[in-house]
Amino acid sequence: MNWKLAFQIALTHLVTKKKQSLIAMLGVMFGISMFIIMISFMTGVNQFLEDMAMDNTPHLHIYKPIEIDQKKIVSLNKPQSKNDWYIVQHQRPKNELSKIKNGLTMAQQIENMPEVYGVAPQVSSQVFYNNGPVQIPGNILGIDVKKQEQLFSLEKKMDYGEVEGLLKGSDVVLMGKGLAEKMNVTVGDRVSVTTPQGGNFTLKVVGIFSFGITAMDESRCYATLSTVQKILGEDPSYITDLNIKLKDIQGAHAFTEKLKNRLKDVYIEDWETANASLLAGDKIRNILTIVVCTTLLTVAGFGIYNIMNMNIINKMKDIAILKATGFQGSDIVGIFLLQSIMIGLAGAILGLSVGFFFSYLLSITPFPAGQFLRLNTFPVNFNPLHYVEGVFFGFVTTLFAGYFPSKKASKVDPVQILRG
Amino acid sequence: MAAVLKADNIIKYFYQPEKFQVLKGISFDVQEGEFLSIVGKSGCGKSTLLYILSTMDTAYEGTLEIKGQKLTGLKQNELSKFRNEHLGFVFQFHYLLPEFTALKNVMLPALKLGKYSTDEIEHRAIEKLKLVDMDMYAKKSTSRLSGGQQQRVAIARALINDPAVIMGDEPTGNLDKVNSQNVFDIFRQLAADNNQTIITVTHDLDFANGTDRMVEMEDGHILGIHKPELKPNAQ
Repeated sequence: MNWKLAFQIALTHLVTKKKQSLIAMLGVMFGISMFIIMISFMTGVNQFLEDMAMDNTPHLHIYKPIEIDQKKIVSLNKPQSKNDWYIVQHQRPKNELSKIKNGLTMAQQIENMPEVYGVAPQVSSQVFYNNGPVQIPGNILGIDVKKQEQLFSLEKKMDYGEVEGLLKGSDVVLMGKGLAEKMNVTVGDRVSVTTPQGGNFTLKVVGIFSFGITAMDESRCYATLSTVQKILGEDPSYITDLNIKLKDIQGAHAFTEKLKNRLKDVYIEDWETANASLLAGDKIRNILTIVVCTTLLTVAGFGIYNIMNMNIINKMKDIAILKATGFQGSDIVGIFLLQSIMIGLAGAILGLSVGFFFSYLLSITPFPAGQFLRLNTFPVNFNPLHYVEGVFFGFVTTLFAGYFPSKKASKVDPVQILRG
Repeated sequence: MAAVLKADNIIKYFYQPEKFQVLKGISFDVQEGEFLSIVGKSGCGKSTLLYILSTMDTAYEGTLEIKGQKLTGLKQNELSKFRNEHLGFVFQFHYLLPEFTALKNVMLPALKLGKYSTDEIEHRAIEKLKLVDMDMYAKKSTSRLSGGQQQRVAIARALINDPAVIMGDEPTGNLDKVNSQNVFDIFRQLAADNNQTIITVTHDLDFANGTDRMVEMEDGHILGIHKPELKPNAQ
């Protein structure tokens, strides 16, 4: 088959029917540009929601649960037998600390494992924030400032002050925005906290953060590890949580199983278990995106199919002549297939530009999200992969939409047409 | 002289609207360099016969042989190739491709054949256009040409691959006297100078009388094959 000749004929057909070719091309352009806008916007929203949740969610969370021992203490000296058995009603947990044994060493060991991106140790405790006579319940988290910053990009969430402020003084905290409003304090003010053990401390606010998640913003404060250890009256080895980020987020579950074999006496929770609902929402939104995009491309495909069909009906006589003068069925398929491919590619490339233009407009459009959400404009994801996909799917759709009419054209019986 | 085309007992049925036998066993030979015409009343099956001879219609019984090659039973693609190389067509309604120039219309079958380079094909196409006296319109779009001019371009197109046989379905049916005479002269010249065989279906008795032999048909039979009674006036 002579592609060069087929291309020449196809191009001549397109150029002489400018209006028709243009309309067909616009059909593809709208399909592809809507595809780009939709997928950029929807994945942008998905990414935003995921980031909002995942930024401060560790992939793995290790802590020491306080559980009721299944073994009865009284049975330690005298094992239970057929004749001797014990009932202990309302057994209470042992008075033990929620401390991870050798927490810092464990953190170091985990950090050295190849799958791990980083480990941030943490001391957390519930406290009361004293606002005059009112006590507001909340919690205070002691963090390793450098590690926390590296893994959870806390700096991005700061409204006032900066995370580094924690290192510049003693007894200083970063306070959640909602909590600060309840307490009526700003940067530089002092707040009084009461620990569960009854200790009273005065801390200075050096920064205000907001995650966009009310439950966190209205109850949480960050301080250094040593500050929290001090107000709890504990030694510097006192660590309650290890937050781990992995290199590959999808490997969290497998890695958990691996760790469980090595670490006893602690509880390991991976993000998938902790965020099952978030994950489901994400999946549903992705499916929705795919459905909408497929529909758009199908509609564009049917547009091309129609126009190519019309085109072939108009060109019956030409096809008959070409066949009479020795063109084969495959040549005819080539001619009309090339036409739809040219329409498809031109439409797809135009569609990408238009799609990019409108996604850009969307990305700079102000979006009033309320003061808690950290969002000023619509979230749009400019992933080059989507543009490659757009061209690819545009190409494939037009290929299919053009193939069937072309096949029909190749089956035209020249005798019927030429005899009139 | 060798027979360039042999038709043997060709039978053809139409099935729409009901089964009807159009051709009832047609057999004849055509010699190399012969100018043959097929005449008869409307509906006698002469066009049907021509389309079978042209290899475009393959639903018939009997055998067809052109240039010693049996064409009956070949596949569509093989027939296309054969047509491209060995057969030329001129239709009643010129049937040029309206989007292309006269030159390009003539060039297309040769480009398909791919025997020569594009430059050479263009050169040959201009020669063929010269032969039909249309070389000054080469670069014109065919939709701007008159009917007679278009028919001459169509003849040039039929000639481009130097086919052994040129077939015409009422090639002058749509033309006035002067243009008809033009077309006739061109055919005469081709048969005489290039030894090409020409088979035309025609209503035009003046035209038929100028050919070497006439095949007279009626109701799917050949009534007779004979030399025309009247020789045209020498030109």
